[in-house]
Amino acid sequence: MESFGLYNYWIVIFLMMSGFYVVIARGNLVKKLVGLNIFQASVFIFYISMGKVAGGTAPIIAEGIDTYSNPLPHVLILTAIVVGVATTALGLSLVVRINEEYGTVEEEELAGKDPAE
Amino acid sequence: MIASVHFPVLQIILPLLLAPVCVLLRESRLAWFTALTASWAAFGIAVALLLDVLAGGPLSYAVGGWNAPWGIELRVDAANAFVLTIVAGIGAVVMIFARQSIEQEVGNARAYLFYASYLLCLAGLLGVTITGDAFNLFVFLEISSLSSYVLISLGKDRRALYAAYQYLILGTIGATFYLIGVGLLYQATGTLNMMDLAQRIEGQEGLRGLRVAFAFLTVGISLKLALFPLHLWLPNAYAYAPSAVTGFMAATATKVSVYVLLRVFFTIFGVEFSFDLMPLGEILMILAVAAMFVASTVAVFQNNVKRMLAYSSVAQVGYIVLGIGMASVTGVQAGILHLFNHALIKGGLFLAMGCIVYSIGSTHIRDLAGLGKRMPWTAAAFVAGGLGLIGIPMTAGFISKWYLVLAALEKGWWWVAVLILLSSLLAVLYIWKVVERMYFHSAGETGENVERAEAPLGLLVPTWILIGASIWFGIDTRLSAAAALEAAKTLLGVG
Repeated sequence: MESFGLYNYWIVIFLMMSGFYVVIARGNLVKKLVGLNIFQASVFIFYISMGKVAGGTAPIIAEGIDTYSNPLPHVLILTAIVVGVATTALGLSLVVRINEEYGTVEEEELAGKDPAE
Repeated sequence: MIASVHFPVLQIILPLLLAPVCVLLRESRLAWFTALTASWAAFGIAVALLLDVLAGGPLSYAVGGWNAPWGIELRVDAANAFVLTIVAGIGAVVMIFARQSIEQEVGNARAYLFYASYLLCLAGLLGVTITGDAFNLFVFLEISSLSSYVLISLGKDRRALYAAYQYLILGTIGATFYLIGVGLLYQATGTLNMMDLAQRIEGQEGLRGLRVAFAFLTVGISLKLALFPLHLWLPNAYAYAPSAVTGFMAATATKVSVYVLLRVFFTIFGVEFSFDLMPLGEILMILAVAAMFVASTVAVFQNNVKRMLAYSSVAQVGYIVLGIGMASVTGVQAGILHLFNHALIKGGLFLAMGCIVYSIGSTHIRDLAGLGKRMPWTAAAFVAGGLGLIGIPMTAGFISKWYLVLAALEKGWWWVAVLILLSSLLAVLYIWKVVERMYFHSAGETGENVERAEAPLGLLVPTWILIGASIWFGIDTRLSAAAALEAAKTLLGVG
């Protein structure tokens, strides 16, 4: 059951595709950001799975610890999570401003609010 | 050695650290002065690095004393030293322009936030260019992207907010694709350093993971550089951002992404993997030609001149990518040369639009009537830039198109050369539309707005620096062509 053993990656692909679908298919600006977060979360899981060694623990030099997971992808994804939080915060604040200016956060309603040039 | 040992890291650290200083100072004049100092210092460092690299070969800097491949390496060679100079140079010139333009379009109360974001964006773009580490590149990419979303949303028109939001969504998808690509690369090779990656990929070309990584990286970066048909975020973002931001971003953000593309194709994966194993040459050529024609045609029908120039940017990215897609020394040289020339031309044109916005408050073509009389210097700058965009001899645009045609003929693709010339005719159409309005229509039937309303010198001088440079490099190509050739040779690993 090799493919089942890699179930992490199936979850990654599932999350990635559903997040991506939400970003494209939803017209609500907040929901789009939710989709974007799911999409990014899939990548976080991807990196974390990649560094994991079966039976490994944290990379600490101590007695009885000889297998440990690769810490580098975990550290990398910590950075990416911070970037993701910043993106979400900025995106939501833009949505707040859009709501203040237009009174709606639905893409379809936004489209008709400005005169054509 | 002109450059001090620490110049590579100072290049990024200086604008990065002075950005929060702008926020602390708050007073708009002081913040502007800080940002001006930072951007000119960055330009000085970039020039010193370029001279150093051209004379003495690549420089490597180990951040924090951790050596590559474990630590983050900043690596400066002929290719990115040239791009650094372009980005820092445009950043410095636009900074002069920004004071009066931002005072009017954003307001003094919020100006310090603009300068802080501007410096962060500059630091991010310079960081993307200088780093030799694939993951570090992602971090800098996001620094520059996040600050550019803020910069765009500062636009006066409320549509700027929605444009910034759209760019945020698409930009994040692009950056996340890049992240997936880097993850797959790490999985296959166990390293993140670009040079190390290149060595380890050699001989492993059969791995499917590498091919998937390649695809993710290509699509992700193409989104950032607005390669047709992934350009949808660009026109509105450029049209509604404050003028100084549009001028800066049009000349730098997409150009830096082009550089990343070059690095991935040529340095990390190598020509054989990218162009023999993967059908990249054909894909890039089709998309580039489509961009040249579709985007230029759409540009002809725009009434908002800023949006028209934005579509023209999409078309120009097409020319750059076409050169890269040829994967020959002349082709890549033409691509890099056009990257440089187009940065000057489009930067100058958008700054000229900034002058118009400052005096007239509109970017609609209908309001430009009689501008040749009312704002003679600005209108002349627009004409000079427009001629460069078309590619008239004696302008920078001609030089890069000339090299592009040469590269196409060298490959025996004579029909591509014909397409390049035909698509240039489309540029004549949209530039002429504006020029005709500016010179051959008088302003208003009532004649109330006919007095001269030339933009102040603080705006005209930076505009003319860029336009003047684009003319200068159209006549004297020794520096630009030689630097582009050196960059192309470095990337392709010949000579």
